[in-house]
Amino acid sequence: MRFLMRLLLVAGGLGGIFAVTLAAGLRQGLLALLGIGFGAVLQGARFGFTTGWRDYIERRDPQGLWAQMLLLVLAAAFTLPLLASHPGELVGAVAPLTISLVLGAFLFGAAMQLADGCGSGTLYKAGGGAPISFAVLPTFAFGSFLGASHQPAWIALGGLPPVDLLRYGWPVALGITVVGCGLVSWLAARGAQRHRAAGGQTSNITGGTGWSRRWWIGALLLAALYTAHLVVAGQPWGIVYGIGLWGAKLVSAVGWNPAGDPFWGADPHALRLAEPVLFDVTSVTNFGLIYGALAASRWNGPADFRAPTAKRLIAGALAGLVMGYSARMAFGCNVGAFLGGIASASMHGWVWFALAFVGSMVGVRLRQRVSA
Amino acid sequence: MNGRRFFSLISNLFWVLVVALIALDTASSKGSRVEPPPIAFGSGQAASGGHCSGR
Repeated sequence: MRFLMRLLLVAGGLGGIFAVTLAAGLRQGLLALLGIGFGAVLQGARFGFTTGWRDYIERRDPQGLWAQMLLLVLAAAFTLPLLASHPGELVGAVAPLTISLVLGAFLFGAAMQLADGCGSGTLYKAGGGAPISFAVLPTFAFGSFLGASHQPAWIALGGLPPVDLLRYGWPVALGITVVGCGLVSWLAARGAQRHRAAGGQTSNITGGTGWSRRWWIGALLLAALYTAHLVVAGQPWGIVYGIGLWGAKLVSAVGWNPAGDPFWGADPHALRLAEPVLFDVTSVTNFGLIYGALAASRWNGPADFRAPTAKRLIAGALAGLVMGYSARMAFGCNVGAFLGGIASASMHGWVWFALAFVGSMVGVRLRQRVSA
Repeated sequence: MNGRRFFSLISNLFWVLVVALIALDTASSKGSRVEPPPIAFGSGQAASGGHCSGR
């Protein structure tokens, strides 16, 4: 029975890739395949950005943060030389240091703890069948559509221009990224040691009972997939743009006219909106991701989950709306801004991380109240 | 219907809806474009645009 299920899952994946290739070309088919890889790794390794941060905030368990820093260093090491040697063909995730980035990242960090998943987390949990994702995803799409529409107005509030460290050459940019990630890892380790010295509960690693390998394997595989995505698509892995596009398409279907909209009415976004969704890089990767997570979650049998309370569902839906909107203010989520920004040596990725982490500290407290 | 069955039903409906919406969108959107090379790296073409960073 299990063999048959696995066969069906593989056949479904191959069938999907074939259909996407037929409808939108080989590049999109390859991106669907990479998306399946992303979903399978995120689900299989349970590589959650949200969970990693919450583990540290609540229990000073640094493993998730360390794995994320490892992912950033590997992704930067693999892709910065490529970005430097093929400008134009390959572009990084570089954005300005605006007021909207500061506000948006803080709000996103708080909301993702309430929603129990960031952009990628919401998608892979939806694929895995987690009930709360079905409350989060629709509002996330609407929030992202609306946030994108308002993004130009938010940017007009002011800020600083983009700071792209790649202009100093990729060895310098990579060096700064490694130092930054090393510093975060050291601070996380020091916090864990202090917590233990104060008599707090110890995590696996600080207690010396062994590492949770899933984090490290996940980081390695995700870095490889991230690099492949950049090579195939010409742009870094993203999540929220695609979700916002789905929202825009649905709102257009019920009569909204994008002409004149400062974001959706301007190219390349107007073109993305007019084209089939399968032509959009981020959407195709997202679809693959959801399917990859479905396949990974069913690989060893039926998925197991608990039905959330109505209170959790309502909180999740509201958090999804805030998350979608704020992600557009902040130029992306944990994938597009945090991973993509830092791995592209753009300073906005570091600003995003700092503010979103502070927001998560607030979000974890709110989550505890909602769960109580 | 208990919670587990209800959410299993929701999950299945989600997939039906996803496939139906993609099919409907593909059939109804303007679909003519010059297909990009399979791999951007080495293609000599600029990335298509449409990313979270605002491009």
